[in-house]
Amino acid sequence: MKPEYEKYFRNNLPHIWCAGCGHGIVMSAWARAVNQLGLDKDQCVAISGIGCSSRITGYIDMHTMNTTHGRALTFATGVKMARPDLNVFVFSGDGDGTAIGGNHFIHACRRNIDMTVVLMNNNIYGMTGGQFSPMTPFGKKATTCPYGSIDRSFDMAELAKGAGATFVARSDIFHAKHLTDMIVAGFNHKGFSIIEAVSSCPISYGRRNGTPDPRDMMDNIKEMCVMKAAYDKLSDEEKANKIPIGILQQIDDAPEYTSEYEKLVERVQGGAK
Amino acid sequence: MANVRLVQGNEACALGALKAGAYNFFGYPITPSTEIAEHMAEMMPKCGARFVQMEDEIASIGAVIGAAATGRKAFTATSGPGFSLMQEAIGFAAIDEVPCVVVDVQRMGPCTGLPTLSAQGDIQQARFGSHGDHAIIALAPSSVMETYYMTIQCFNLAEKYRTPVILLLDEEIGHLRERFDVDPDEEVEIINRKQPTCAPEDYLPYENTEDDVPAMAYWGKGYRYHMTGLTHNQKGYYSSVLPEVDAFNRRLTRKIEGHIDEFWESEDFFVDDCDYLFIAYGSVARTAQEAMEELRAEGIKVGLLRPKTIWPINEAKIKKACEGKKAVIVPELNLGQYAREIERVIGKPVEKVTRVDSELVLVEECVDKVKEVLK
Amino acid sequence: MSSHEKYKIRLSGSGGQGVIKAAVMLAEAALVDGRNATQSQVYGPESRGGATRAEVNISDGPILFPKVENPGILLCMSPESFEKFGADIAPGGTLILDGDVGEGTKGVKNYRIPITDTCRDLDPKGSDLSANVVALGVLNGLFDFVSRDAIVESLYRNFKKKVAELNWKFYDAGYEMGKNAKPFEL
Repeated sequence: MKPEYEKYFRNNLPHIWCAGCGHGIVMSAWARAVNQLGLDKDQCVAISGIGCSSRITGYIDMHTMNTTHGRALTFATGVKMARPDLNVFVFSGDGDGTAIGGNHFIHACRRNIDMTVVLMNNNIYGMTGGQFSPMTPFGKKATTCPYGSIDRSFDMAELAKGAGATFVARSDIFHAKHLTDMIVAGFNHKGFSIIEAVSSCPISYGRRNGTPDPRDMMDNIKEMCVMKAAYDKLSDEEKANKIPIGILQQIDDAPEYTSEYEKLVERVQGGAK
Repeated sequence: MANVRLVQGNEACALGALKAGAYNFFGYPITPSTEIAEHMAEMMPKCGARFVQMEDEIASIGAVIGAAATGRKAFTATSGPGFSLMQEAIGFAAIDEVPCVVVDVQRMGPCTGLPTLSAQGDIQQARFGSHGDHAIIALAPSSVMETYYMTIQCFNLAEKYRTPVILLLDEEIGHLRERFDVDPDEEVEIINRKQPTCAPEDYLPYENTEDDVPAMAYWGKGYRYHMTGLTHNQKGYYSSVLPEVDAFNRRLTRKIEGHIDEFWESEDFFVDDCDYLFIAYGSVARTAQEAMEELRAEGIKVGLLRPKTIWPINEAKIKKACEGKKAVIVPELNLGQYAREIERVIGKPVEKVTRVDSELVLVEECVDKVKEVLK
Repeated sequence: MSSHEKYKIRLSGSGGQGVIKAAVMLAEAALVDGRNATQSQVYGPESRGGATRAEVNISDGPILFPKVENPGILLCMSPESFEKFGADIAPGGTLILDGDVGEGTKGVKNYRIPITDTCRDLDPKGSDLSANVVALGVLNGLFDFVSRDAIVESLYRNFKKKVAELNWKFYDAGYEMGKNAKPFEL
């Protein structure tokens, strides 16, 4: 690791992620973003839930919380309402964020508190050994859908857009530099920012779905993830196996909750006097 | 006289929380606790504090813990169904030793039960609701005035012992309006969490200190550390090292139960001068006290021990109080949840007066029970 | 009120009639007069309709048991509330029936007073919202629990100034009816 990023980590690596796991790439893309932003880590908070993705907070040298399953956004809401001056990052996974944490997910999008969420999507519950998540594609196999999933899957970005998120982006572990850019852009957006980081799980997902080799998974991601501008030009047929990356929604004039609350306090206190 | 007014229990709780310095409230509407949220929504912005109505009770307690972790005083208020939903996160507050207050205005259960009606059915849940071993502090007020002061005390105990504290109101007290005579500017003791004095690099957020309560640094002051719901070492990192796990889990209980004499409180009436002893808490203690007065007027020697601190139970105190009594009578609005604990402590059966029809135990029911035992 | 007298009062009606508010105002007035009071209520899931009961204890001494099991004074403002609570009244107590509600009870002093109708007469376009203030007046007219000054203070504490002022005529009309009411027995 380059020394300029090393300062954002505690000296307790190696991490727990398997060889070939994409989450380390997400972590380093995030560290590059933080370095680029030049943040004071004492004024930064990183909060996660439960799962492989959520172990990241153990390694980061900030105020960190590895909370309960699915609830990172609720703790983050508390932190921001207590200390709006702190910079808050939230890390989640596809299961943590869109299944057990689904309700908090949509309400965090709606409420629009200034924080930056990185949701690592590896299409599977990795930590518990490979059960399907709401983002496991239809027909794919997992230990709890050994015959192929008959569950329709979420498109997290569309879900976030529908719930009113003011910054929605997607990137992936192949386009790691782009992922950093998306995290920087998300951080600079005043409001709730969510970035889906398409990641990979060769052990729990790839092995059951014909791509046990991390390199194949990486190739698939490279094939599948297309810059939004290019994606928009594709025919419907061509779009079938592609997903767009880039900023998918940005609303700059939506009221940010903690600022609105400051205004409310001023209004109420002004009225009371 | 100037301050005397009619105040509801739930409002007294809200006023007490503000007096204690509560900066954050996160909650979800649920009868019969909703008035607390409504008061906070109205008053907090006026005081420069922060109220948020969350999407559910799980979100509410999560946000409370997040806010409290940074250094603020934070609380939520709920009732049975919401209290059930909060249990996992209460465990997080326990294992990460985050000071916070959960107000549970008990209503009739199980499940949705009778939302607008009273019960004391969450007594055991307050103690054992979250999985795993940890002690908890729970207080139960019997009047509107006491609700005010006890709410302040909840915040103080939370900060002193780095623990979630449960205020166990029952609907009867939460919705009762009565005389409230408090000078809002009165000076009250406010306790804040102990701060580290060492250098940040030497800071152990979960240190095995002599008093069993480690210092908890406010955020943004250089003391960065990790909080995790995983069992952790003194530094805060995941640990499965047997002696570390053992020491940690034992300290979590010891830091409260081992220090019970520092904070446990009861109100005693003729405890040393009675043949028949009522043990009652919350609204029912008022019934028991009236029954005691009636019976004593008839020359029957009856006493009352009213634990204000419901959990942990003060075994030594209860044992001593019950010694040599002809009968111990525990009236409560459940089928004997606290009676069961008293029986465990004193090693013999107690007499129960139970109601689970949502009405308060009547004075005559307590009187009749003593007379029945007399025979 | 003699120094040791204790009043156990239950006001009942359907949700929306404001019996809880009337109970609150009565209890608050008692505090203003330097007495003790508790006020509690039992209500169903309905914001409007159903049978609501609000209770007030007034005493010069401490009040322990905070509820009213067998009221010495029972007000019924709806047929359902009389059906549900009529039998709870203590022997020798006082039952106040609003208009044509209920038939009365044996062994108690029954009063039939047109509370809601009086409210309508005073404010024909209104929505009976002040019937509870008429009821408060009736109760205090019958028993003089609390001083007029205390009622004034209580009304101002519980309503915005303008509303409190509008409510005076309702209170006074109720008080007059209470003063002049004649009981009947079954």
